Amino acid sequence: MADKSLFIDTTKCTACRGCQIACKQWNQRPAEKTANLGSHQNPPDLSASTWKVVRFSEIPGDKVNWYFFPDQCRHCMAPPCKEVADAKAKGAIAIDEATGAVIFNPKVKVKPADFKEIREACPYDIPRTNAATGTLAKCTMCFDRTGAGLLPACVKTCPTGAMSFGDRKAILEKANKRFEEVKGRYKDAMLASPDDVRAIYLLVDDPKKYHKYATAENGVGITRKVALRRLFQPLSALRNVIG
Amino acid sequence: MTNHYIDFRNADVILNMGSNVAENHPVSFKWVQAAKDKGAIFIHVDPRFTRTSAKADIFVRLRSGTDIAFLGGMVKYILDNNLYDEFYVKNYTDASFIVSPRYSFDDGLFSGYNPSLRAYDPTFWALEKDEKGIAKRDMTLQDPRCVFQLLKKHYSRYSFEKVTEITGTPADDLERVYKVYASTGPPDKAGTVLYAMGWTQHTVGVQNIRAMTMIQVLLSNMGIAGGGINALRGESNVQGSTDQGLLFHIIPGYLPAPRAQWATLADYNKTTPASKDPRSINWWKNRPKYLASLLKSMFGENAKKENDFGYEWLPKLDSDQDASWLNLFDEMYKGTFSGFFAWGMNPACSSAHAGKAREAMGKLDWLVNVNVFDNETGSFWKGPGMDPKQIKTEVFQLPAAAFLEKEGSISNSGRWMQWRYKAVNPPGDAKSDGHIMYELFNAVRALYQKEGGAFPAPILSLKWDYETNGHFDIHRVAKEINGYFVEDILEHPVDKKAYKKGTLVPNFVYLLDDGRTSCGNWLYSASYTEAGNMAARRKKTDPTGLGLYPEWSWCWPLNRRIIYNRASVDLDGNPRDPKRPLLTWDSAGKRWVGDVPDNAVPPMGTEGAYPFIMKPDGVASLFGPGLKDGPFPEHYEPLECPIEKNLMSNQRINPVVKIFEGGPDKFLTCDPRYPFVCSTYRVTEHWQTGVLTRWLPWLIEAEPQMFCEMSLELAKLREIKNGDRVVVSSPRGKVEAVAIVTSRLKPFNIAGQTIHQIGIPWHFGWLHPKDGGESANLLTPTIGDPNTMIPESKAFMANVAKLTKQPAKKSAKS
Repeated sequence: MADKSLFIDTTKCTACRGCQIACKQWNQRPAEKTANLGSHQNPPDLSASTWKVVRFSEIPGDKVNWYFFPDQCRHCMAPPCKEVADAKAKGAIAIDEATGAVIFNPKVKVKPADFKEIREACPYDIPRTNAATGTLAKCTMCFDRTGAGLLPACVKTCPTGAMSFGDRKAILEKANKRFEEVKGRYKDAMLASPDDVRAIYLLVDDPKKYHKYATAENGVGITRKVALRRLFQPLSALRNVIG
Repeated sequence: MTNHYIDFRNADVILNMGSNVAENHPVSFKWVQAAKDKGAIFIHVDPRFTRTSAKADIFVRLRSGTDIAFLGGMVKYILDNNLYDEFYVKNYTDASFIVSPRYSFDDGLFSGYNPSLRAYDPTFWALEKDEKGIAKRDMTLQDPRCVFQLLKKHYSRYSFEKVTEITGTPADDLERVYKVYASTGPPDKAGTVLYAMGWTQHTVGVQNIRAMTMIQVLLSNMGIAGGGINALRGESNVQGSTDQGLLFHIIPGYLPAPRAQWATLADYNKTTPASKDPRSINWWKNRPKYLASLLKSMFGENAKKENDFGYEWLPKLDSDQDASWLNLFDEMYKGTFSGFFAWGMNPACSSAHAGKAREAMGKLDWLVNVNVFDNETGSFWKGPGMDPKQIKTEVFQLPAAAFLEKEGSISNSGRWMQWRYKAVNPPGDAKSDGHIMYELFNAVRALYQKEGGAFPAPILSLKWDYETNGHFDIHRVAKEINGYFVEDILEHPVDKKAYKKGTLVPNFVYLLDDGRTSCGNWLYSASYTEAGNMAARRKKTDPTGLGLYPEWSWCWPLNRRIIYNRASVDLDGNPRDPKRPLLTWDSAGKRWVGDVPDNAVPPMGTEGAYPFIMKPDGVASLFGPGLKDGPFPEHYEPLECPIEKNLMSNQRINPVVKIFEGGPDKFLTCDPRYPFVCSTYRVTEHWQTGVLTRWLPWLIEAEPQMFCEMSLELAKLREIKNGDRVVVSSPRGKVEAVAIVTSRLKPFNIAGQTIHQIGIPWHFGWLHPKDGGESANLLTPTIGDPNTMIPESKAFMANVAKLTKQPAKKSAKS
């Protein structure tokens, strides 16, 4: 299996939202009716129509910080959403062979209760459902572009080089190199779970200051609930998941 | 820009002041980031913490409208600490020039002021000339009347304490910025400045930019890679349209617009800049060639030596007429003229004091609105507060092609003329702007031919042949702009070679003043030659390694990527910055290597000339006697300001601004009803008045509604909560907005007083979307910079209050 990843360097993100719009354009997602709710962030959250949203987070103080977090599916190496879907809604979530991207099948309906469990399984709160069709919706890592040798729409659009896409090994090297460059300057610099996900974020402050779900709660890329479930799974199934 | 976007990456320090580069020029931030990647320090100075500030190494606040105080303090810091580049200042600037003893400055006024005219007599500020007519100099810079000493004296008043009192910027912050920026003084250091409307839209707009230009000159940052003074233009082709004479006071190529007192071509040519200094190239001495060639381009065979090439057909401004935007709308309001083309603009929302502009349009007989979408201008007669029955103006809407639906060139801020191709045909009846103009003029001319009319000669004599096979052809326009030989030339005075009639001129050096050449704009000559359309080039060769990309598109003048580039070398032609050699004199080959030299004369140490070839004296002007408001930038308060007295002098406002009185023009300063400083600005997601972007669902989704940003402190004072609906008002009008209560704005301490700043975007209008909100320009005043008449939209006084009736709260849905 080909092995691809994304690196999202938040130190270079200016929140121009080119990625957010490019995602909508490529995936032909309609605009939502929004209102200004006292923030520049809009739409306020991910939805079936919004697979990528740049989150704005203001940290007051003598020296103000304004953090930008282009939020999207992390494309986990062992995606807990798929684990649940495999049990509850067979075929709703799959792995793209060519890249390793975690993708959804827009033809598979998911019951509301099952969707709830799929969403709760995700430590990053990514999956959404389309109320009209009852199907899942989220970032596909543009597997329909990358398969044709194109960059994901968000990466292609980013003007500042905050986003990169490529072979996982090269992306990990790039992420580590950039981390080494900035760690002297930012004492809290970190790569968010690089071993567990394919969308690797470089953050320079407490992840919670960027977004509630910027990193996984227990730091290993899965929720406690999923971790417990794995503990009680037969060994063979576990091997499938992590193999 | 003297430099260009890619060149940002060559800087050691980038100062972004008077603009918001990450938000309003988002793609250009690539090059800021590239500089940061190499270790450059990025400074942002602004009243408000923006997406740009979030990426800055140093962010410092100042009260809107106090940039000259801030920069004046930097001039003083540089001079006090001897951080200027002495070689550069002595050799490439007017620092050593002696100023007339009639020059003086006292309590905010320069000598020569006439209070009844609100104008200066600039002859009081003349430079002294010797018996040969060459500027007198003191190379020791000690003469008390030399520019350097006058500069020192003028800015000695801009102490840290004074600047802090005026700007509200703490002294520590000032010093941090001054120190880092002044570190670019040595010749092997480069500092660049990026500015935009945050500097221009003030009653001291031109002097804001001059103040920074003086700093760039003191620090030898002009004419070098990674330096320059760089205006981030607010529209993709605003540079191009200015180059082509969009503004009232210039005709194509920055030639002055003819005026009534210059009745003949000889009268006009008598005003050609002259220099008696043999070392000054004074490029403008060539102006008569450019005007003669422009007239040939306009009137073709009808332009003859005997009729001054048709000069008399050009419209003339009255001797001191200022026909800029604010005056035009003032005259429209008074009913002075009856017809108006709003072409690719939306004055009902973009004009300062938009309420007055809307009323003014109701006094017209006809209005033609050429745009991609309907807008508040085309539909002004049915807008808020309008009674369609009372408005006689007949409005014609002409649908225009959008940028992907037409071919042509765009000149970006870096002066690069880039050719763009048509991707799709325009929908329905929409046509390209050129096509509309072409057909329109044919129809106008046909009417004149049939019916006659007042002064038909220029209309009947105009050469108008920009079609191929019956269709408008933009390539013919591009070739017209480049210029061509009108007749066979057996031996051209420049290179003694023969040229055939109709051959495109190689460049403007070949233009003549005798009617044998035609050229639509001398500055663009060399852009479309016999070798092809230079603007369409797409080669990524970069011989200097400095990102000049000489074979990518084309750049005016002469494909010179960094202007005044001979200021980057020493007297022998060696680059003063060995890390970034922009030009090097090859003494064996007797030629310059690197960028296209400005201009191809030998180094100054031999028989060469001064590097600033567009200035009559050949050097950069620290002393600027050509401006209406004085030779040195001086701090004045905005027309509407929060403090009773200018802390610098007894002149509260710029002494030469034109005050519009009567009618709807109201101003209130230091009035408790309007206690807050207000700025208008843009966001990444929308463009200008939003005529294009408000109709794009993905963009209106991201920034859906008019907002007002304010500090936590002000919100508390006014009992406003984040997300509340508020009303923002000024003496001119009011707009509703959503409050964004943010720690990114903070109150200023101005001489012991707490001054609050608020900000609103000017992207919205009543037409669409229905819940988007109205134009911020309903609040802005009719007041302009005395040199350019650009309106003061960045600093005026306003109030903000919570709307008593709040709509039902919408909750965020996932």
